[in-house]
Amino acid sequence: MVQEKVAITGNEAVALAMKQINPDVVAAYPITPQTEIVQIFSTYVSNGLVDTEFVTVESEHSAMSASVGAASAGARAMTATSANGLALMWEVVYIAASNRLPIVMPVVNRALSGPINIHCDHSDAMGARDSGWIQLWSENTQEAYDNMIQAVRIAEHPEVQLPVMVCLDGFIISHAMENAQVLPDEVVKEFVGEYVPQKTILDKDNPVTAGPVAFTDSYFEFKRAQSEAMIQAKPYILDVAKEYAKLTGREYGLFEAYKLEDAEIGIVVLGSTAGTAKNVVDKLRAQGVKAGLLKLRVFRPFPAEELSAALGHLKALAVMDRADSFNAFSGPVYAEVAAAMYDSGAQTKLINYIYGLGGRDVGLEDVETVYNHLARIAESGKVDQRLNYVGVRE
Amino acid sequence: MTLKGWRESTPGGWITEAGNALEYKTGSWRTIAPVYIPENCINCMFCWAFCPDDAIIVEDGKMVGINYDYCKGCGICARECPAKNKALVMGEGEEG
Repeated sequence: MVQEKVAITGNEAVALAMKQINPDVVAAYPITPQTEIVQIFSTYVSNGLVDTEFVTVESEHSAMSASVGAASAGARAMTATSANGLALMWEVVYIAASNRLPIVMPVVNRALSGPINIHCDHSDAMGARDSGWIQLWSENTQEAYDNMIQAVRIAEHPEVQLPVMVCLDGFIISHAMENAQVLPDEVVKEFVGEYVPQKTILDKDNPVTAGPVAFTDSYFEFKRAQSEAMIQAKPYILDVAKEYAKLTGREYGLFEAYKLEDAEIGIVVLGSTAGTAKNVVDKLRAQGVKAGLLKLRVFRPFPAEELSAALGHLKALAVMDRADSFNAFSGPVYAEVAAAMYDSGAQTKLINYIYGLGGRDVGLEDVETVYNHLARIAESGKVDQRLNYVGVRE
Repeated sequence: MTLKGWRESTPGGWITEAGNALEYKTGSWRTIAPVYIPENCINCMFCWAFCPDDAIIVEDGKMVGINYDYCKGCGICARECPAKNKALVMGEGEEG
């Protein structure tokens, strides 16, 4: 199959994927840096290139509510958002997951207010980490495009039935032009297939109630079942990735291990910074430093066993968080990686670096700072300071 | 109603049988209960009309008693009963 190589921004690639997926309903409200996605998609609607019912709602709360309604009615529904828009959706984000509705939502990662800011960090999606959505993270435009197409299949898998966020870094990915390979429309159409909902509120022969009240005698059982869906989702995510790799040659896992196998020091990172960090790893390797990297793609479900198996041999590991938890302990990714490492019995020394908040640029030298710190810890066997910040003026 | 374990629960809590609210005995919420005094009843059907549930049992156009499976003990029937000597009064306990 011939894939077209195009120069395309992250937002354009996501909008293109949405066009090729041709969802039944898209309900969205503009917010920087996501706006372009639905703006471009609206032109596809206007030009008759998709069959989508495009709902221009009055807020993100309504965008997610309309998506929940559409998905309950058996539609393939999508929306897109960033930062404060995701925050305004909040209660309905949880409802989408608890009602087990396979909505797909690109989240163009942007710092949450305040102070108000429009640039990249991960505070928006990290805040939604306990909402019950699957989260796929993208390093670049290509991955954003590929994750979007896979997300539909993952969400709608009969054994999964959970909504999926496709995370891409605001501006760094969303607005930067990159080369990417895109699939022909009909190949995507065939890959995602026709959505056949297991039940819908519009089936008069099989009447159902969606989203009923569940009190003390049943809420817990529904939440336990919801948790099980997430626990069981990993193999289905990998199945979809395998099928997608056959089609495209591009392989995806729960994470990408980069020069990690024989590494002594390494970092865990999500999103576009992985690209910068790979450069640093290459440079350090050329100097004889055994550095490696793990780029987390699937943050929900959290691949604890797989992560600790891939990282447990390291002498020292830094988890890079592009969000702060303000818990006087660590960022969100660190806390979970540390828990996974502890459970596995790994002897690796762990530190946390919070970086890039509010779109603060992350240069090679910032990542080098982290690796240099790790090299000192690997040598001394002692962690001098767990919680660290890089790229902030002292 | 037998409560199901989580493995038997429907994904997302969807209800797939119509009318199964009948199995949910909301009478268990009751802390006080209406007591029916038939000799005072004038069969005006005010209690039937005002009951926010379906707890007033009517047979052949006549009030005959209270369905304690669903009566939540709100007391509206007793308050609205217009009979000179009330046919419905609120009492303590399971059935007044």
